[in-house]
Amino acid sequence: MTRVHDMGGRFGDGAIVPETENAPVFHEDWHARALALTLAAGGLGQWNIDISRHARECLPPIDYARFSYYEKWMAGLAGLLVDTGVVTRAELAEGIGQGESVLTDKRLKAENVAGVLASGGPADRPSDIPVAFKPADQVRTRKITGNRLVDGGHTRLPLYAAGAVGRIVRIHGTHILPDSSAHRLGDGAESLYAVAFAASELWANPEHPKDEVVLDLWQSYLEPA
Amino acid sequence: MWLGLDSVPAPRHGRGMPHDHSDHDHPHALLPSDPALRVKALETILTQKGLIDPAALDEIIETYETKIGPRNGAEVVARAWTDPAFREALLEDATKVVSELGFYGRQGEHMVAVENTKDVHNMVVCTLCSCYPWPLLGIPPGWYKSDAYRARAVREPRKVLAEFGVTLPEDTSIRVWDSTAEVRYLVVPMRPTNTEDLTQSELVELISRDSMIGTGLAGQP
Repeated sequence: MTRVHDMGGRFGDGAIVPETENAPVFHEDWHARALALTLAAGGLGQWNIDISRHARECLPPIDYARFSYYEKWMAGLAGLLVDTGVVTRAELAEGIGQGESVLTDKRLKAENVAGVLASGGPADRPSDIPVAFKPADQVRTRKITGNRLVDGGHTRLPLYAAGAVGRIVRIHGTHILPDSSAHRLGDGAESLYAVAFAASELWANPEHPKDEVVLDLWQSYLEPA
Repeated sequence: MWLGLDSVPAPRHGRGMPHDHSDHDHPHALLPSDPALRVKALETILTQKGLIDPAALDEIIETYETKIGPRNGAEVVARAWTDPAFREALLEDATKVVSELGFYGRQGEHMVAVENTKDVHNMVVCTLCSCYPWPLLGIPPGWYKSDAYRARAVREPRKVLAEFGVTLPEDTSIRVWDSTAEVRYLVVPMRPTNTEDLTQSELVELISRDSMIGTGLAGQP
């Protein structure tokens, strides 16, 4: 029903270790390389951001838990490259690329990096699905958070907010539905809302009666309450 | 469009979609166990296949090490503190306002600014991964991506804030924004007292990265 990445509200993780404001952006050279490699490989156009998130989420829980952040990125990338046929398992095992790819015309060039990073990739798309809710409406999230299109598939409704009643605080427009997009099933765009939940709706022992958690949730995750 | 959410072609080979592997047959297990060597191996293979230009990787790294960082966000906040019309426009449509300043781009395509007041303190997390407003704040710090922050920020934000040395007044409520979609949140911290005489560039110095995530407050002059 859920995967290891869905950790909001979990107990047992210990203290947070803040960093000074002037700490290095990348603590190891390979962290920087891993980030850049992931961005550049994404530019080959063989997957979208939802597919790449799901690739990391599909890591075996034992690996997800033991890997550092950028190790997860590398493992996700290795999986994507093999799943899309861009690289073979034999090439990974031998550490040698065998012959030129058919995708070389998509290679990101250094002179295009600034323009590409600045142009981004917006997630809003037109949708025929009517807007169902307006600000201040009460809504309830699905009791079961799983992807309805693909069993074990990608979704963005965290388990901690399942079956909870909140109120709409903002309408973001119509956005690509990750549950669909992560599985190459089309954009499936629908309304996206910021939904506020009282802490007492989510937690057994909320810290403060007035605290709230706000999540961005797609219309199909919600029903009137 | 690049790296975004446009429809992508079905792959030429293979299943194309992520799926479950056991921990032994996952493709990463074919790579060297040392992470630095693992990254190197992937870069080498992709370069040999003509898919990666190592100079482009250098350029990406240089961009996020030296050009795109929390100073961008601090400039936005300082202007919001000093220019009421700008503040109003920012709270109304942050994407439009920061785009006009040149702070649009990857992981900042849909921006919302949330303002701290005496009544409400805002704080941002991504419990599912590590979503963060890159064009305004750069690459997230390690703690933002940590299991501990992702797990705890939504359930016990006050204990989390205490670990950052922040204690809020008892009558201030906290709103934690869990970035579950492609919307990215920028916290506009409260302007410190006794800063009326400071210039915008002096104000920028008081605005820390953490204050724009909501795990810190703006500094005192």
